[in-house]
Amino acid sequence: MDRNEIIFLEDKSRHIRRLIVDEIGKLGVGHIGGCLSAVEGLVVLYYKAMNIDPKNPHMEGRDRFIMSKGHAGPALYAVLADKGYFDISELDTLNRPETNLPSHCDMLKTTGVDMTAGSLGQGISCAVGMAKASKIKKDNAYIYCMVGDGETQEGQVWEAAMFASHSKLNNLIAFTDNNKMQIDGNTKEIVSVEPLADKWAAFGWNVLSVDGHNVEEIYNAIIEAKKSTDKPSMIILDTIKGKGVSFIEAMGAANHSTPISEEQRIKALEELK
Amino acid sequence: MYENVEMRQVLGNVLEELMDKDERIVVIDADLAKANGTLNLRKKFPERAFDIGIAEQNMASVAAGMAAYGFIPFICSFTPFTTRRICDQIAISIAYAKRNVKIIGTDPGITAELNGGTHMSMEDIGVIRSIPNMVIFEPVDAVQLAKAMPKIVEYDGVVYIRTLRKSSPIIFSDDYEFDLFKADTIREGKDVTLFAAGIMVKEALEAADILKAEGIEAEIINIHTIKPIDREAVITSAKKTGAVVTCENHNVMGGLKSAVAEVLIEECPVPLKAIGVQDHFGEVAKLDYLKKKYHMTANDIVEAANQVIAKKR
Ligand SMILES: Cc1ncc(C[n+]2csc(CCOP(=O)(O)OP(=O)(O)O)c2C)c(N)n1
Ligand SMILES: [Mg+2]
Repeated sequence: MDRNEIIFLEDKSRHIRRLIVDEIGKLGVGHIGGCLSAVEGLVVLYYKAMNIDPKNPHMEGRDRFIMSKGHAGPALYAVLADKGYFDISELDTLNRPETNLPSHCDMLKTTGVDMTAGSLGQGISCAVGMAKASKIKKDNAYIYCMVGDGETQEGQVWEAAMFASHSKLNNLIAFTDNNKMQIDGNTKEIVSVEPLADKWAAFGWNVLSVDGHNVEEIYNAIIEAKKSTDKPSMIILDTIKGKGVSFIEAMGAANHSTPISEEQRIKALEELK
Repeated sequence: MYENVEMRQVLGNVLEELMDKDERIVVIDADLAKANGTLNLRKKFPERAFDIGIAEQNMASVAAGMAAYGFIPFICSFTPFTTRRICDQIAISIAYAKRNVKIIGTDPGITAELNGGTHMSMEDIGVIRSIPNMVIFEPVDAVQLAKAMPKIVEYDGVVYIRTLRKSSPIIFSDDYEFDLFKADTIREGKDVTLFAAGIMVKEALEAADILKAEGIEAEIINIHTIKPIDREAVITSAKKTGAVVTCENHNVMGGLKSAVAEVLIEECPVPLKAIGVQDHFGEVAKLDYLKKKYHMTANDIVEAANQVIAKKR
């Protein structure tokens, strides 16, 4: 990636954070922490890596993305709106009655959302199913997925992991948003998932670990992952929950789902200028 | 004394008292301890109160293992994750093996509000009710929950506690006598019976006031324990009034309506209408909005009551 592209993706990440803060801030409450930690991963995928066409959201053979940590819907909606899948003004309807943008990702409601999620652990299995289907169809699609580090405690994640490597699904590229926090506290104090990279490797995956807020590193990891000939890839994103807004970062695990006042919304937007 | 106290605070406080008295009690959470008011128990009982991570299936069977060792585990999460997500673990490790595990689910049905469709359990009572050896208890208010908890510990068997997390209007007085297996007659009447559970009791009370103004005397029976249902209470009231409306925060298939109808069809068939979620999934919105949209308000109960009364004779 050249310097200009890096700057573009960095600016885009800041812009997406502003949209997220606005979405959740205007509503007054939401899963802000896990939305902000996921931004660079989403931005590199949707603005650089993925073969997609917002004008043709059901395009045959398109790459797909499954937000397995479904509570980060508002982060994905910000990206989809900015990409033009639907009107940007829809972001103001987040979680209001009759909205197309519910807390948790819903493929029947939101244009551009490839899979429904919200019950943790299931999205990664759905991604495995898509990768398997793509192999049968030979449509050369890549299937991307993002799981949370806390989500990784679900046994289903490891059932998916085992089947994916057994099936040599090298078209599956997953991310862990490793912000090291869940609701009740720091993941290592709740139930440690470490050593995470070794676990995925032991389950037969091609594992890459990068700074999850560095767009260049993320993109290079995707390029590396695409070289895998017989293994699915797990890109572990070292991230910060609430990244980009100092007072949200400072809350620690309490930022998982938190009220955001009008004052805080404005302060956060100020920081993200 | 419980006015404006959140149900989760009652859960936390009562569990603390019970754990003080009874060393067999263990509380296990699956990353929703903060949400469910059970987080503080860990300070006082670092061994007997702990998080198992986001791993509900494991939680259920781990609890069964501890129960096999003589402990009385309470496992806690939101209703969808303590029922449908772990249905087989409940069926086999807990119910089939007859292990004394208590299951706490919060945010039932439409009370999950902004968490939306994925978090709204419309089927949990149906799922659990069709498994043998289960008791299902749904409190109306903090008083009833606080009175029920010691009885639930006393009872040697599996109990599913389906409770609101936030505060609810107080309906029962402090001197109310609670029996886990006896339904409560909240108001007596002769024209129609409103069988109600959980958040729908408040709607039923409002409906009864409206009906009263129309000259109709509604009897309100709170079925706090949906399984095993108090058959005698159901039959006696239905025989007296000859018309029934069930009011539940759940799909009208598999829940309170089904439980009441199963009794009545055998013993005393009468006209019946069901207020509740009409066999569809949930969606994001506040409680009041969803109550109206899904026809679960006092006015809807009034309308249903008039319809069943008209069908009598
Ligand atoms: C099966 C299931 N159990 C519990 C929950 C409630 N829940 C929502 S988010 C969350 C914590 C997720 O932590 P993590 O995966 O690390 O996500 P992040 O930190 O990125 O927000 C929990 C327990 C759920 N949605 N699904
Ligand atoms: Mg996390």
